[in-house]
Amino acid sequence: MDTKKTSLYKLHQDCNAKFVEFAGYHMPIQYSEGIVEEHKFTRNHSGIFDVSHMGQLFIYGGNELIKDLEKIFPLNLKNLKLNHSKYSFLMDKNAGIQDDLIITKISEGFLIILNAACKNDDFKILKDLLNEKYKMVLDENRSLIAIQGPKSSQILNEVFSQVKDLNFMSGNWFLFDNQKVYITRSGYTGEDGFEISIPNNFADKLTRELIDKGSKLVGLGARDTLRLEAGLCLYGHDLDKDKTPVEANLKWAISKERISKGDFIGSDIIIKQLNNGVTKIRVGIKPEGRIIAREKTKIFNQSDVHIGEITSGTFGPSVDGPVAMGYVENKFSKNNTKVFLEVRGKKYAASICSLPFYKKSYVKGAN
Amino acid sequence: MSEVKYSKEHEWIKLEGDVATIGITKHATEMLGDIVFAELPEKGSSVEKDGTAGVVESTKAASDVYTPVSGEVVDTNQAIVDDPSKINQDPENSAWFFKLKIKDVSEIKSLMNKEDYDKFAKEND
Repeated sequence: MDTKKTSLYKLHQDCNAKFVEFAGYHMPIQYSEGIVEEHKFTRNHSGIFDVSHMGQLFIYGGNELIKDLEKIFPLNLKNLKLNHSKYSFLMDKNAGIQDDLIITKISEGFLIILNAACKNDDFKILKDLLNEKYKMVLDENRSLIAIQGPKSSQILNEVFSQVKDLNFMSGNWFLFDNQKVYITRSGYTGEDGFEISIPNNFADKLTRELIDKGSKLVGLGARDTLRLEAGLCLYGHDLDKDKTPVEANLKWAISKERISKGDFIGSDIIIKQLNNGVTKIRVGIKPEGRIIAREKTKIFNQSDVHIGEITSGTFGPSVDGPVAMGYVENKFSKNNTKVFLEVRGKKYAASICSLPFYKKSYVKGAN
Repeated sequence: MSEVKYSKEHEWIKLEGDVATIGITKHATEMLGDIVFAELPEKGSSVEKDGTAGVVESTKAASDVYTPVSGEVVDTNQAIVDDPSKINQDPENSAWFFKLKIKDVSEIKSLMNKEDYDKFAKEND
């Protein structure tokens, strides 16, 4: 299959992007200023991310759809207000995570944002689970642009007046050149920001306007350092089919009411794990000094017993040091537990720590 | 002889007497991106031509640093360990990696001069 290009490909080229292939797309890993500068610019000003490779799945339906989706997602969807969003996951019957996602209630049904590498599988899984009862569109005609960082609200509000009044994890329709644009106040960087779903033919124009107003394009490289500092998971690394939401320490995202009913896919495993505990759990890991522990780095306890593995690790530009997360045996998961990381055959000291590494500055909102 | 020579692994080497100063090229730093970690060989250790003699890491990945000649490590540049961003700023001068007392001067002969290296780097970009 040919590698796909997003609607912003030309703009990425104009901005001297270095491209990588990611989930079947030519995506910018960085631009001329480099990952560290792009990361800091996002934290201090405003960065624009092309996330058009991600899936935008529209499912159309009413009350029956809500009931059917509640059999799939561990969410209280009947109480989800119009234009409000929730973080959730698609699980298999063993509660293994097949994808993590954001689901938003729109007037005609739901909009679900899916990971690029999973979106086609997710579509098939959901279509089967819903018995093809509902119209479902994995929309390839819309781009997805994220704008993140403290100046983003002000910049985006110059294009879409009143967008600054959106609460965190809520959205609405806006107009750009008479095109319907769906904007949510959300993101994946640990900063205040927005995600903009816009028809492909208008994505380039909007992005150039945002650049003119002071925002800058930021590549996938900085997206990774930003989300890791914010303690957020990356599917395929920190989350996969061999991990459950409880093991991933994401139980906050599971509705308590839905657990008490226990009628969603994987609920028996989730309930068992919540009652009996888990053997492995996701934690933050702070290496001492400057050593960077990458994915698959083995974690040892103080008696030199192998207790887990790193699933994401890099250098955090805002933390100004190495940051990592991974899974360890539950009994070694307490904050400040001293562990050792094996990097290039040598063991380096590190500590289990709470996440995030970098404190969020989301706007407050009703959710 | 103080001419700077270059290896296919993107190291530069400058010989003064029987001591060679070695670092990575500007081209290498441009390929790596922002360098955020550097590890150097131990002073007093011996390194073999084309063997690993250090590591640099960008935010994205780790890369080995090779030595283009054999010898004994007589000095290392702690400044780039303390602040690896110096490597991006001044790779072919103040951000040198290590100094070797070299064993065999003839090993340098097989390395490229500036013109050949620039051509090589362009072709392998």
